[in-house]
Amino acid sequence: MTTTQQVPVASRLARALPMPAGAGLARMLVERNITSFRHGWIALVTGFAEPVFYLFSLGIGIGALVRTVTTDSGMVVTYPQFVAPALLAASAMNGAVMDSTFNVFFKLKYAKLYDAVLATPMGPRDVAVGEISWSLLRGGMYSAAFLVVALLAGAVRSWWALLALPAAVFIGFAFAAVGMFATTFMRSWVDFDYVTLAVQPMFLFSATFFPLSTYPDALQWLVRLTPLYHGVALERALVLGDVGWGVLGHVAYLLVLGAVGVVGAARRLERLLLS
Amino acid sequence: MSGDDDILLRASGLTKRFGDFVAVDGVDFEVRKGECFGFLGPNGAGKSSTMRMVGCVSPVSGGELRLFDLDPATDGPAIRARLGSCPQRDTLDEELTVEENLWVYGRYFGLSRKEVRARAAELLDFAQLTERAGDKVEPLSGGMKRRLTIARSLINSPEILLLDEPTTGLDPQARHVLWDRLFRLKRSGVTLVLTTHYMDEAEQLCDRLVVMDHGRIVAEGSPRELIEQHSTREVLELRFDVDDHARHAEQVSGIGERVEVLPDRLLVYAHDGDRASADVHARGVAPLSSLVRRSTLEDVFLTLTGRTLVD
Amino acid sequence: MTAYDDRSVRGPRAPLSAVERVLAVCGYHATVYARTWRGSIVTRVLSPVLFMLSMGIGLGALVDDRAGGIDGRPYLHFVVPGIVATQTMWVAWSESSYQVLGYIKWNMGYHAQLATPLRVRDVLAGHFLAITGHLVVATSLFMVVASLFGGFDSWSAVACLPVAVLTGLAFVTPIFAFTATQEGDNGFNILYRWIITPLMLFSGTFFPVDQLPGWMQPVAWVTPLWHGVEACRAVSGGWSASGGTVPFVGHLLVLAAYAVAGWLLAERTFTRRLAS
Repeated sequence: MTTTQQVPVASRLARALPMPAGAGLARMLVERNITSFRHGWIALVTGFAEPVFYLFSLGIGIGALVRTVTTDSGMVVTYPQFVAPALLAASAMNGAVMDSTFNVFFKLKYAKLYDAVLATPMGPRDVAVGEISWSLLRGGMYSAAFLVVALLAGAVRSWWALLALPAAVFIGFAFAAVGMFATTFMRSWVDFDYVTLAVQPMFLFSATFFPLSTYPDALQWLVRLTPLYHGVALERALVLGDVGWGVLGHVAYLLVLGAVGVVGAARRLERLLLS
Repeated sequence: MSGDDDILLRASGLTKRFGDFVAVDGVDFEVRKGECFGFLGPNGAGKSSTMRMVGCVSPVSGGELRLFDLDPATDGPAIRARLGSCPQRDTLDEELTVEENLWVYGRYFGLSRKEVRARAAELLDFAQLTERAGDKVEPLSGGMKRRLTIARSLINSPEILLLDEPTTGLDPQARHVLWDRLFRLKRSGVTLVLTTHYMDEAEQLCDRLVVMDHGRIVAEGSPRELIEQHSTREVLELRFDVDDHARHAEQVSGIGERVEVLPDRLLVYAHDGDRASADVHARGVAPLSSLVRRSTLEDVFLTLTGRTLVD
Repeated sequence: MTAYDDRSVRGPRAPLSAVERVLAVCGYHATVYARTWRGSIVTRVLSPVLFMLSMGIGLGALVDDRAGGIDGRPYLHFVVPGIVATQTMWVAWSESSYQVLGYIKWNMGYHAQLATPLRVRDVLAGHFLAITGHLVVATSLFMVVASLFGGFDSWSAVACLPVAVLTGLAFVTPIFAFTATQEGDNGFNILYRWIITPLMLFSGTFFPVDQLPGWMQPVAWVTPLWHGVEACRAVSGGWSASGGTVPFVGHLLVLAAYAVAGWLLAERTFTRRLAS
């Protein structure tokens, strides 16, 4: 083991994970992505715009029409207050899924980026850990910026909202892990229709823009099964300061989802990258 | 025979299978420190699969492979830290500039930022790309991209440089520039392992090479030795009108040691090409053109397999 | 038979008529669509339907409950014509951005066409025609589905189809012109996030623009989507709420102006990129 001197503590933790070989150099891939984004910094800034647009469009436009909304836990809030935490969760999902599906697939199949990476001491684990870390880093920045905007727009009602940022990163992690797992099954761009097919309905129907009580009972149960619903409910509880034990249920759901994604992605990546 | 210390790379019975398909079928070879070792063979001979196993990015399906006395199955990262790898298709990072490609790649080896910058400056000079350092990769010419890929593969000062089809797709001038750079590397003590389907490249660069076909090694030696063992000294090439070559083959049979029919010409293998040419004319056969040349590795391959290298 | 009749005989060949040229290009795209339509049909048709269900029915329940609909119409009838116009922008976007850059840069489809007797104008006209067909199919499909959900309150909504197709073209030609100036996907990212998404959100699709702060309303008036949304809404039964005939004609003129200006611009950028 001649490389162990070069790769200290972080790698020991990494080796304990159920992942194919790596050299504990995942941070170098994060560095690569930062270098790349220095050229496309506009795209980086741009990533945070979408939820802000939604907040100001629907928050103000629809807000002027409906004035107040009663949340599923019985709290009466303004429409921007209702929709802001949902947009935070939804954009954490969108960003994580985009990064872990489209971007990873592009690097995998077209840019052949990882072929070059794997010719170095870096291993598949470094690739997976590096890409997910980068995605979370970026998503965390967007979430923080969005929270500031929401605060200024009067959509934050509680100190619990401080936990909304780590919660957003956590939501991002769960979706990034599952997204990467899914990407390992993708054969061509056509398959990405399924990604859209999963993400868009969740975005539109996970109690994002209107409360769960709008649905008939049977549909309410269906919505409760989707992962984004739990992300939205978690963020809404934190941002509105409406925190109860039920929050742990949402966390547990996302934790299981993330764990399944990580283990699945690791197994598939090894087979895919080292053929 | 050189001592065992000199052997950097050793393969015995090395095999690669993809499902039922056997891409590499039990090959044996050794590469010694400081030499240039080549795999010559047509597309699909198993050269790239062999190279990917040697580069520790593709698991060995059977046999034994050791680099620096280490086993790729257990010490992949440690071996790759000492290798440079220049794949058949450029895998440059098109989102980054020329110099950033070198910096980022160096960091994959765990090199410090300071060292990476110093090495990158030297390598850009070596690859004659200093003036393009800040440019994006995409608009570079094929030859420049290839030189950048080679520069990138040298960022960790590798002991062995693997080159898979280094000049495929380049124009003749770009090939010569690249060969010059590879000669310099070899002179500085880097061990080169390369695959090619160009016999002139193999003759120019390789001290020793193996000829591969259908996943097997069919001959081994220096270019000189291979030609001496498997071909005649000279070759007479005869060209006839379209579709006439097979018919004329019968008319010249018996001249020289052997006659090969190719779609566009006949090859007469003989120790004295001019005499063979005279014999052909004496039989009243009138080719459109005839040419006497020395035997090459192409002829070695044709003799061994009955096929040409480039198809 | 003169020597000119057969275009594969050695010697001077008969030139193609304008119709032959445009149909040749359009035929190429039709052949490609025939092979690839399955790949995107689900998301293409489903996306506007999902928006209709979420906004029109889900959010609509909230709006109708709190505000009694918009301008006296149920929210669903307000939002569906808006989505009819907006989905043409999505079709225009997906047909005119990466796809077109692909033909310019990656598979060199345009180069192949321009190596034949076809000219830049033919290549563009043929492709526009093919996309027009695409817009007609996508819009009709959505309108049929929307009407099954009771999305329209009047038969006059059928007239949304031509209006929506015109709205789509008002996006297709300018995006073509833009695409021919692009090298990679950076520009597309910016265009999508800073133009396409905000247009969907601020052009009156989901709520009347007079709900917006005063300074934002003139911005909406400049954008083609607002004109498309208003025109679709007018023909689908909100004639009086949308101001009647004069504004309607005005909307159509603005849309046509965008389409024509985009076409002229596209000819310039394409010529610069492909034929100079």
